[in-house]
Amino acid sequence: MSNVNKTTSARRPYRRPMAGWWKRDPFFVRYMAREITAVAVAAYAVVLAVGVVRLSQGEAAWNGWLEALKSPLSLLLHLALLVCFVIHAQSWFEIMPKTMPMIFIGGERLKPQTITRTGWLAVAAVSVLVFVLALWWQA
Amino acid sequence: MSETATKVIKIEVLRYRPEKDQEPVWQTFDVPYTEDMSVLQGLQHIKDDIDGSLSFRWSCRMAICGSCGMMINGKPTLSCQTFLRDLAPGPVRVEALAHFEIERDLVVNIDPFIKTFEGLKPYIIPKEERKIEQGEYLQTPQQLEQFEQYSSCINCLLCYAACPQFGLNNGFAGPAALALAHRYNADSRDGATAERMEIISTEEGVWSCTAVGYCSEVCPKHVDPANAVNQNKVNSAKDYFLRFLTPRGGK
Repeated sequence: MSNVNKTTSARRPYRRPMAGWWKRDPFFVRYMAREITAVAVAAYAVVLAVGVVRLSQGEAAWNGWLEALKSPLSLLLHLALLVCFVIHAQSWFEIMPKTMPMIFIGGERLKPQTITRTGWLAVAAVSVLVFVLALWWQA
Repeated sequence: MSETATKVIKIEVLRYRPEKDQEPVWQTFDVPYTEDMSVLQGLQHIKDDIDGSLSFRWSCRMAICGSCGMMINGKPTLSCQTFLRDLAPGPVRVEALAHFEIERDLVVNIDPFIKTFEGLKPYIIPKEERKIEQGEYLQTPQQLEQFEQYSSCINCLLCYAACPQFGLNNGFAGPAALALAHRYNADSRDGATAERMEIISTEEGVWSCTAVGYCSEVCPKHVDPANAVNQNKVNSAKDYFLRFLTPRGGK
């Protein structure tokens, strides 16, 4: 991007390499954690999509998929994915206030922490709702 | 300096002298310091008393001119605002602002920023012409709040040194330029949003931003450029979709 005329100018601007840039600052590492955990979100979408496919293949296939979900390996995978989901959600809720237009309530600008907490509150509310529905369904 | 310097701190500076260095090299200086000395004053001591060839930019010494930004221990920081006592026992590592080309020692080439900045028309282009007799433009506190924080930018470019996307592609307009463009777009007196959106909406405008958010973290003036950039992703997307929905293309 410089206008240096290589033959007539004494300028010799030095461009530093970017390799490994994300390891330079803990902030970048956290950013990469947000980006990489998106893979876990996609992976779980695949797990659920497989369930839908198995459901379309009949009762035996569906029950097979349900059993597979109960295997120790699957439980371990679920635990690992849950950790990834929490990291992913936390990092997005943290950045969420920066991605939104200013919100004014009663003439006061909404604080970033309030927006982040609202995100978690929504997660809590949806989780409780899903649990209640699941329990109600089983009963 | 009121007190006499009794303590000494090591300052490691990334030197680059294009006439003799093939690439930047670290050089260590022992700098006597007092409680009230900033990193900038440490560098001034080096320049005045140890090695006059050390190059760096500075002007106001009070975090308003935006000239003395550099990487201090790896973080984009204003050197006038960072005190040696807080970095003791050291060593303190000082390097030119990341992601820009090094011109010499701690001086970087800021052309990429200046070029985009000019293109974004960082000044008020009045919505309606008014004569002096008509009096001042009136704004409500809420209208003021829409742009006030973005107008605090001092062009120190710490946010560019915090932005890996700019480091990977110097063509990206970057946090400060986009925050200042938004400062005028968000101003109720301004009428040139459409002109600025032509640049803001491009790949090298807001769409190169991946919401790392470190720009807002390092900003010494709490401008929150990440917020300005991301608000304009929404605006840019609205512009894009509205032209399909409205008879006059959302204009």
